[in-house]
Amino acid sequence: MTQGVAPARKTTYREAVRAALREALQRDPRVLLMGEEVGAYGGSYACSLGLLEEFGPDRVRDTPLSESAFVGMGIGAAMGGLRPIVEIMTVNFSLLALDQLLNNAATLRHMSGGQVGVPLVVRMATGAGKQVAAQHSHSLENFYAHIPGLKVLAPATLEDARGMLWTALEDPDPVILFEHTMLYGLEGELAADAGPVPIDRAAVRRPGKDVTLVAYGGTVGKAMDAARALAEQRVDAEVIDLRTLRPLDDATLLASVAKTHRAVVVDEGWRTGGLAGEICARLAERAFYDLDAPLARVCTAEVPIPYAKHLEDAALPQVEGIVQAALGAVARHG
Amino acid sequence: MGEFRMPSLGADMDAGTLAAWRVKPGDLVARGAVVADVETDKGVVEVEIWEGGVIDALVVAPGTKVPVGTVLATLRPSGSEAVVASPPATAAAPARVLASPSAKQLARDRGVDIALVRGTGPHGAITREDVERAADSAPSVTPSAPPPAIAPVAMSARVAPPDGAAMRRAIAAAMTRSKREIPHYYLSAELDVEAAQRWLLAHNAGRSVTERVLFAALLLKATALAALEVPEVNGWYVEGAYQPASAVHLGVAISMRSGGLIAPALRDAQARSLDATQAALRDLVARVRAGRLRSSELTDATLTVTSLGEAGVDSVFGVIYPPQVALVGFGRVGERPRASGGMLGVRSVVTATLSADHRVSDGHRGAVFLRAIETLLQQPEKL
Amino acid sequence: MTTSASPAPAVEAPTREHALSLLRSMVRVRRFEEKCAEQYAAGKIRGFLHLCIGEEAIAAGVMGLLAPGDAIVSTYREHGHALARGLSMDAVMAEMFGKLEGCSHGRGGSMHLFDVSRRFYGGNAIVAGGIPLALGLALADKVGGRPGVTACLFGDGAVAEGEFHESMNLAALWKLPVLFVCENNGYAMGTALARHQSQTNLAMKAQGYAMEATRVDGMDVLEVEAATRHALAHVRSGAGPWLLEFVTYRFRAHSAYDAERYRTKGEVTEWRKRDPIALFCHRAVEQGWLAADDLTLLEREADDEIAAAVAFAEAGTLEPTADLARHVYAEGSP
Repeated sequence: MTQGVAPARKTTYREAVRAALREALQRDPRVLLMGEEVGAYGGSYACSLGLLEEFGPDRVRDTPLSESAFVGMGIGAAMGGLRPIVEIMTVNFSLLALDQLLNNAATLRHMSGGQVGVPLVVRMATGAGKQVAAQHSHSLENFYAHIPGLKVLAPATLEDARGMLWTALEDPDPVILFEHTMLYGLEGELAADAGPVPIDRAAVRRPGKDVTLVAYGGTVGKAMDAARALAEQRVDAEVIDLRTLRPLDDATLLASVAKTHRAVVVDEGWRTGGLAGEICARLAERAFYDLDAPLARVCTAEVPIPYAKHLEDAALPQVEGIVQAALGAVARHG
Repeated sequence: MGEFRMPSLGADMDAGTLAAWRVKPGDLVARGAVVADVETDKGVVEVEIWEGGVIDALVVAPGTKVPVGTVLATLRPSGSEAVVASPPATAAAPARVLASPSAKQLARDRGVDIALVRGTGPHGAITREDVERAADSAPSVTPSAPPPAIAPVAMSARVAPPDGAAMRRAIAAAMTRSKREIPHYYLSAELDVEAAQRWLLAHNAGRSVTERVLFAALLLKATALAALEVPEVNGWYVEGAYQPASAVHLGVAISMRSGGLIAPALRDAQARSLDATQAALRDLVARVRAGRLRSSELTDATLTVTSLGEAGVDSVFGVIYPPQVALVGFGRVGERPRASGGMLGVRSVVTATLSADHRVSDGHRGAVFLRAIETLLQQPEKL
Repeated sequence: MTTSASPAPAVEAPTREHALSLLRSMVRVRRFEEKCAEQYAAGKIRGFLHLCIGEEAIAAGVMGLLAPGDAIVSTYREHGHALARGLSMDAVMAEMFGKLEGCSHGRGGSMHLFDVSRRFYGGNAIVAGGIPLALGLALADKVGGRPGVTACLFGDGAVAEGEFHESMNLAALWKLPVLFVCENNGYAMGTALARHQSQTNLAMKAQGYAMEATRVDGMDVLEVEAATRHALAHVRSGAGPWLLEFVTYRFRAHSAYDAERYRTKGEVTEWRKRDPIALFCHRAVEQGWLAADDLTLLEREADDEIAAAVAFAEAGTLEPTADLARHVYAEGSP
């Protein structure tokens, strides 16, 4: 795993994803990119812009709007020795391929008694915030994180957008990468030689001692903003970016809560049956005697995501809500 | 506003004398703390409180005899100010101590009584910080830390055992009620305890006198385990219905030097090791003789055991102590000739008897129970 | 039998050796499955048990023509395909007994027979769920420059699924080396073909995807062979996929035992007159390809093999429950 020592340069999350795709196609002839609009269009989020021209139509393959067929084909191709990267335009359409991911990708190794591996990488955009209403704003990471046999990643930073893909491709099992739509435009500095990163652990994005804010994907930035606001009120929040949603890195979570004794879990999924609930359950099971305040969740309101901007904002986890939940945990109401 | 009332410490108790207060107004008390000594016909009993809070007022003065159920003291939730007006009619919610799991753990680690800590966390809950603060200023905030092992001198006059006549009256009332209400039946069986005796000899070898396990402890443990197998002998018959108990609290009949008899409960006898049973038995006897029983020990027994072997008796047919439904008696342990497999040998035996309530069980189940005791005694190492 | 898109290829007289091989293959499957039904009734085999008795000509005819480098994706009615492909009968029976020595180490059972060394990528128990996998395996061979063809077997029920249509389109569009083999036994579980398809000539479906197709008598092993040989040559040449529809009939229940309320006894009796084994035997003896007692000899040979397989399965070991979590991810994976 390389760590950036070369001079950093300004880039975006989208460019980091593209750089990772280009590197993968360059490094391994078994890699091919398949999905809707990945070629001629350049990717519906422009992540693969220019790759068709650079690598040709055998490596960068536009597929028909047949999620089940092209995801299943990706699974078969992985079984057959390729290292396919399948892009599903958004998590919303992944439901049309859920059968393939759950009944084939996740089960083949097991039901073949270990004979069949599926080294497949599936990328998909996720999340709300762009006023695209109820059918295009889902956060269903928890669906996939529920399934044994899959690994589920949520890159939230430029480093992870750049570095998780290659590590995922080297993994012998199916890996699903969730890229939050609001992150594609994220700007920042990235080391010129940024490279692969580990995909088996959470990261402490900001150390603190008073309360742990747990977030992933699109809510990491909001949790960081909340931590800054809390600091002004002399509450020192620690921010954990889960990064890997399956398997969850319990050790990092437990270590943080052992230090802060309080946790607020931020999750853009709905509260009921969501990932935040899973994390709270693990903390209740394994950090019970460390807890100094009830666990709290900041999740999306239990409504289909509305179109109108003010309603969409109200439905999603926001910085102010995270701040209030954290203040509640430390028994100080702002 | 909570109330602390004169408890019923036995089926035969309808009134008690408040012997002494262990608390004063303003004291914080935790659930389970001993707050008063109550004198009954059977002796002075330490009485616990089943609700935590702050003692608001002591209503009954020491030396006063009041009926069961009389309010002895009032208490208010911790953290609230004293209420001057008369208590409201609504029943007080139990003042459960609100503390975070982490604070509770820390309190345990640092020996802080969590009930005495003021909470500043969410909903007024006690946090780690609160416990730390309390621990650092410990001496000034521990009004009802563990009660002293010996009663204060000022109270000693009242801790004297009751006079023989009073205890006689109490026993008379209970036993009369028992014989009037409970249709007893009786069974007797001679149990082979050769293996148990031999094992005990080896177990005690090299132990000092105070560390030794007495044979009585084996009988108690075997009885407790057998009672789990035959639940019809372990429980209470209350208001026309039998309520089997899940744990076995053995009432151990202990005769008092001043005459009379008392049978406090050896709680959870089924779960104690032999060494723990022995320790509990020794403790119980010592406290009976010192007149320092706890109220729950007088009321919790689910099955009574009486042993009169030391008195040279071969077998004892006892009277059931209501609302219990059975009583087990053990006679003298001795060597007797026994035929086994056509051979005559000398074996250690003891006669076990069962007095049981025919409303709840019948002779067949009673026999199963006695046989279970004998079977358990054949593998003493498993007791 | 009728053909739809392409003319029926000519059937040639087999040599004695080849006729023996076809009959042996069918008899092995028939006798094996009869033993399975017996073991199911005895409680040794549990779960679902889909028998292909009546459909053996397809297994024998298709599998016999595939090369070692070809791949197979099958359905939950796949015992015949597995045996005809050369999976060890011992390992298949042990699998049904749930033993560690089974071809899927007891993790799969009757519906999930796997043997990667023979490129047998499983019985797949989601109707049509295996079809996209076949596309992927074919894509891997095509991209890798290997001459392999993937045979994809499914029943008439699968034709109603979206995954079938998505895959037909994609395979034809990308000219993938897939041999689609539809075993049309007239029933999707208990629903008769005419009750679930507007077009009951299933080979016709290929026309909509500009794919070659043939409708063949699936009870005649020589017809099966001839059609398969022809289609396989086309697929192997790189000209794209081919759909073979074999019209056949299962003589027994959908799974193990059922009340068969959905069809009449008379219909079953009629079809039994076209029993593929009896049909072929009669003709072979009549034509002098085989001797009159060859069938008896082959049955005895099969029975010996089956008895040994049952003994092997009986003697097999149960995997320790301590190993329960194996094969969810690759060994050594976190």
